Amino acid sequence: MPPAQPMTSQSMSTGPSPAMKGAPLLTVQDLKVYFEIGGNRLTGKAPGLVKAVDGVSFELRAGETLGLVGESGCGKSTLGRAVLRLLPIRSGRVVWLGTDLAKLDHKRMRAVRRDMQIIFQDPLASLNPRMTVGEIIAEPLQTFQPNLGRDAIRDRVKAMMAKVGLLPNQLNRYPHEFSGGQCQRIGIARAMINEPKLIVCDEPVSALDVSIQAQIVNLLMDLQREMGMSLIFISHNLAVVKHISHRVMVLYLGKIMEIADRNSLYTEPLHPYTQALNSAVPLPDPDEERQRSRIVLRGDLPSPLNPPSGCPFRTRCPRATEICAQVMPDLLPAKPGHLVACHHADYPRGN
Amino acid sequence: MTKVLEVSDLRTTFTTPEGEVKAVGGVEFTINQGEVLGVVGESGSGKSQIFMSIMGLLARNGHAKGSVKFKGDEILGLDVKALNKVRGVRMSMIFQDPMTSLNPYLSVRRQMTEVLVLHKGMSESEAAKNAVEMLERVQIPEAKQRLNMYPHEFSGGMRQRVMIAMALLCGPELLIADEPTTALDVTVQAQILELLVGLQRDVGMAIALITHDLGVIARLADRVMVMYAGNIVEKGSVRDLFKDPQHPYTEGLLESMPRLNETEATRLQTIGGQPPNLQNLPSGCSFRDRCRYAFERCVTERPLLTAFAEGRSKACHLPSL
Repeated sequence: MPPAQPMTSQSMSTGPSPAMKGAPLLTVQDLKVYFEIGGNRLTGKAPGLVKAVDGVSFELRAGETLGLVGESGCGKSTLGRAVLRLLPIRSGRVVWLGTDLAKLDHKRMRAVRRDMQIIFQDPLASLNPRMTVGEIIAEPLQTFQPNLGRDAIRDRVKAMMAKVGLLPNQLNRYPHEFSGGQCQRIGIARAMINEPKLIVCDEPVSALDVSIQAQIVNLLMDLQREMGMSLIFISHNLAVVKHISHRVMVLYLGKIMEIADRNSLYTEPLHPYTQALNSAVPLPDPDEERQRSRIVLRGDLPSPLNPPSGCPFRTRCPRATEICAQVMPDLLPAKPGHLVACHHADYPRGN
Repeated sequence: MTKVLEVSDLRTTFTTPEGEVKAVGGVEFTINQGEVLGVVGESGSGKSQIFMSIMGLLARNGHAKGSVKFKGDEILGLDVKALNKVRGVRMSMIFQDPMTSLNPYLSVRRQMTEVLVLHKGMSESEAAKNAVEMLERVQIPEAKQRLNMYPHEFSGGMRQRVMIAMALLCGPELLIADEPTTALDVTVQAQILELLVGLQRDVGMAIALITHDLGVIARLADRVMVMYAGNIVEKGSVRDLFKDPQHPYTEGLLESMPRLNETEATRLQTIGGQPPNLQNLPSGCSFRDRCRYAFERCVTERPLLTAFAEGRSKACHLPSL
């Protein structure tokens, strides 16, 4: 896949442009994560199969932010967790710096985890209420660098707290003494303390107030510029994802609908689902908001237990035809760096 | 224009073991017939508690003072029996989470017909007929069969439609919608907003729309009031407020939102710091700790909500931004 354009915005211009040359940090090939639901061994009732992630492939480069968007139940969180091997993989490959993670035993996987971290949606629930902030942030350090002395750990923790905008003298406080935004900063400090190469951010700002969201988004972008880690940024908020990501993947019932450089995806979405998603987001501008035409999808996301045949989106798609019920369209390049899976996509002229 | 709701000097406090919490600190506003009033604010700004006070739904340790007139009649402090003649009938409310606000033990039929039998004296079958009509109106397919189902058999978007249908059953003059789409996916949110726009146009009821999403406000509201730490900090028409915010907090909120229609990702402007602790508000202006324009007067004197232009008012010592 050709590299995404280096960003020229004010926020990114001073940092290293995401190094999108060379070998990818992470390559995911045909990843499948299935869950069995229900079923009864006594009565012999077969369990239902939820294909939460169904044949997803993508690459992630060092210093790059990949946004994952989609509605609840589309598999975006499952994908993020499966990449970290926090969930069992049904099939497919997750290649991390040349090593297939699915083939690693627990001991070797544990060593790799030092470089992969995660930040969760609910900042307070993801912190142990009985540990002080200092202990929480120090824990990954003690786990992966057991030879570090107490003073060294303390210094590293304090430096990290300052870096994420916490007061280092709050080291001995407990999570409940902090607000949601500050708890999210603690979560970020814990994820960053080992200077990982990848952080999966699972809806990191969804539980926060608007004014605090902006603080956390800026913090993540600043940290990335400084330390160069890659981010997989999962959110249902399209505007936030657009703001932070270099590339964006749109998921629907476990399948990639479209993946592209963020400007390409937002200014020229080719998949009818991406177009509908874009037009559904209300803009904070009364004039524009009341004038623009929007595509309102009918109905809800189909049950993942019983997905539609062919293209999963066809039941709500304004362009669906017969072929959509029969064949799942392949994810194909429509233009450089812009892949779309649709029989009726708006291919750019000349294609 | 007829005023549906007239609120003056409404103060809501909660008694807690740690002392008194001032959730709403003396607000004043009106809602006119057929108008959508947007109420914006962060968590803890008091935006929901204003309307919980009005509906008589405060938690047991809550207490509301002041005056709330519904179509000219005082309703604050009415006993439950008298209040029930107004709420649920002429003024109803929908909540953020439709799963927890519907009763999981009762069929949708029971929950919908109850209000009609009780308030309008209809027979059970008459009420059921009305309920089906209302479900069809909020675009629930196969409404007749659906009526006998239980809340868990509906999806999130459908549940919110059921809530809206229930709220509309008695033809209220005022609908209070507290974060009606926050728990929903964007595509479903778009459906519900479309529905509210249509219903408001057809029925002509007034809506109080409480939300933290400025996009939703931009789509639906005629007028907006912005809440901070229990007080209204700015009030005005939706256009004025979005195009030319005059309170530093409103300005900060608008700037801190990433926008889908931005072409370049510039650094987001943020409002520094945290929302204040309601038990321990700073002296003077509650926003001064986070305000980039704060000066001495902001520490010593609390700014009052004052009109500064036709239909606009703000609580700020600065003459203009």
